[in-house]
Amino acid sequence: MHLTSDEVVVWHYGFLKLNLTILTTWGLMLTLVGGSALMTRKLSGSIHIPRWQSFLEILVTFFLQQFEEAGLPKPARYLPYLATLFLFIAMANLCTVIPGYEPPTGSLSTTAALALSAFIAVPFYGIRERGLGNYLQSYLKPTVIMLPFNIISEFSRTLALAVRLFGNMMSGSMILAILLTIAPLVFPLLMSILGLLTGMVQAYIFSILATVYIAAATRREDEETV
Amino acid sequence: MLIDWFTLIAQLVNFLILAWLLKRFLYQPIVTALDAREKKIASELQHAALVENEAKQSMSEWKQKNDDLEKQRMLLMQQAAKEADDKKAKLFIDARKESENLRARLEESLHNEQKNLQQEIIGRISTEVFSIAKKVLTELADVTLEDCMVKVFCERLRKTEKADIEVMRGLFHQSNHPPIIRSAFSLTPEQCDSVNKTVIDLFSIDAKISFETDTNMISGLELSMNGHSIKWNIQAYIDALQLTVEVALEGDKKEKEHVHDKQPAQHSP
Repeated sequence: MHLTSDEVVVWHYGFLKLNLTILTTWGLMLTLVGGSALMTRKLSGSIHIPRWQSFLEILVTFFLQQFEEAGLPKPARYLPYLATLFLFIAMANLCTVIPGYEPPTGSLSTTAALALSAFIAVPFYGIRERGLGNYLQSYLKPTVIMLPFNIISEFSRTLALAVRLFGNMMSGSMILAILLTIAPLVFPLLMSILGLLTGMVQAYIFSILATVYIAAATRREDEETV
Repeated sequence: MLIDWFTLIAQLVNFLILAWLLKRFLYQPIVTALDAREKKIASELQHAALVENEAKQSMSEWKQKNDDLEKQRMLLMQQAAKEADDKKAKLFIDARKESENLRARLEESLHNEQKNLQQEIIGRISTEVFSIAKKVLTELADVTLEDCMVKVFCERLRKTEKADIEVMRGLFHQSNHPPIIRSAFSLTPEQCDSVNKTVIDLFSIDAKISFETDTNMISGLELSMNGHSIKWNIQAYIDALQLTVEVALEGDKKEKEHVHDKQPAQHSP
C-alpha cells in the first residue's frame, strides 16, 4: 500500500519520470478537453437552443455568479483559471467511484502545484489590475510592521490550500482502503458517497478561496477608498 | 518527502495547459454564444417593442378610419333615405298624374265612343223615321215626303225674320255668289222652281240659285248664302229631341243620387 500515487512510477529516465499522478491527470485533461470540444462543437447563437447547451450555459453562468458574489466585479476575466480549478478538482474527486482509480488530488505534489498556481495567480492578477507599485504597497498596509505578517500570510495560506485538499483526499482514499479490508460490504459504499460529497466541497472551497484571494489582491485599494 | 518536485512542476504545467485548453474549447465558445444570444434577444425585444408601437399606431389609425367610415356610412344612409323618400314622393305624384291622365283619356275615349254610338243611333233612327214617314205619307195621303218638306221649307223661309233677311241680302251683295240650296235628296224641277221662286221673292235678288245634293244630311233642306244659312232638316229636329232627352236623363240621375245619399243616413243608428 502506497501513500500517494506519486510513488507508482511507470516510466523513469534520469530526472524525468512518468508516475500514476501525471498519467491520471492527463486522462482527466483528455476527458475534460475532449468533452468540452464535443459539447461546444455546435453551439447555437439563436434564441431557441438545445438542452445540453442550456446546461453548459447554466454552468458557466453559475461560475460567473459565484465569482462575482465572492468579490470579483469582472468575473469573466478570471473565469478560465478559477473555473478550471473547480472543474479539475471536482472531476478528479468524482472519478473516485471508478474502481482502482486514485485521484491526483490525493498527491501532495498535485495539490501543492494547484496551491502554487494560486500563489502565482494572486500577485499576477493584482499587479495586472492595480500596477506593481500599488500591489507591493498593499503589503505595507495598514502599517509597515504588518509586512512580515502579510508575507507569512501569503505562504501560509498557500500551504493551507495544498495541505487541506491533500489531507481530505488522501484521508478519504486511505479510510476507504482500510474499510475495504475491515468491512468490505456496506461501509465502503457509505464512505465512498461521503468521499464524493467531500470531494465536491473541497473543489468548491479551493476555487472560492482562490477567488477570495484574487479579489482581495485586486480590490484592496477600492476597499480603502470606500 | 511527500512532495515530488518533478511531479509538482509537471502538474503545474499540466494545469496551465488545461486552463488554456478549457478556455479555448469551453468557456470562450459558451461566453461568445451567450453574448450573441443576449444581443439577439435584446435586438428581438427592441424589434418587438418597435413592432408593438407600430401596431398600436396602426390600430389607432384603423380605429380612427373605422370611426370616420361609420360616420360617413351613417351620413350616406341618411342621404339615401332622404333621396328614397323624395323619389317615392315624386313617383307617387307622377303615378297620380299618369293615373289622372289615363282616366281623362279613358273618359274622353268613352265620351267619344258614346258620341259616335249616339250619332249612329240618331242616323238609324232618322233613316227609319224618315222611311216610315215617307211610306205613311205615300200610302195614306198620296203625297211624297220630299214635296212636303220642300213646301214646309218654303213656308219657313217666308216666316224668317226681316232682320235675318236683311243680313243675308247684305251678304249676297257683298260677295255676289249665288245662293246654294243643299238637300239630302235630289229635287225635282217643280220643287226647284218652287224653292227658286220663294228665295227670289223673299230676298228680292236676281240670281241663279245653285242646287246641291248632300248625302251626309239625313233629310231636309238648307239655304246657304255667303256662309250664312237657314236650315230645315230632321237633324235639327233630332238635336232638339236629344236635348230634351238629356235634360230628362240628367234630372233622373240627380234624383237617384239624392236618394242614394239619403239611404245610409236612414240606416245609421
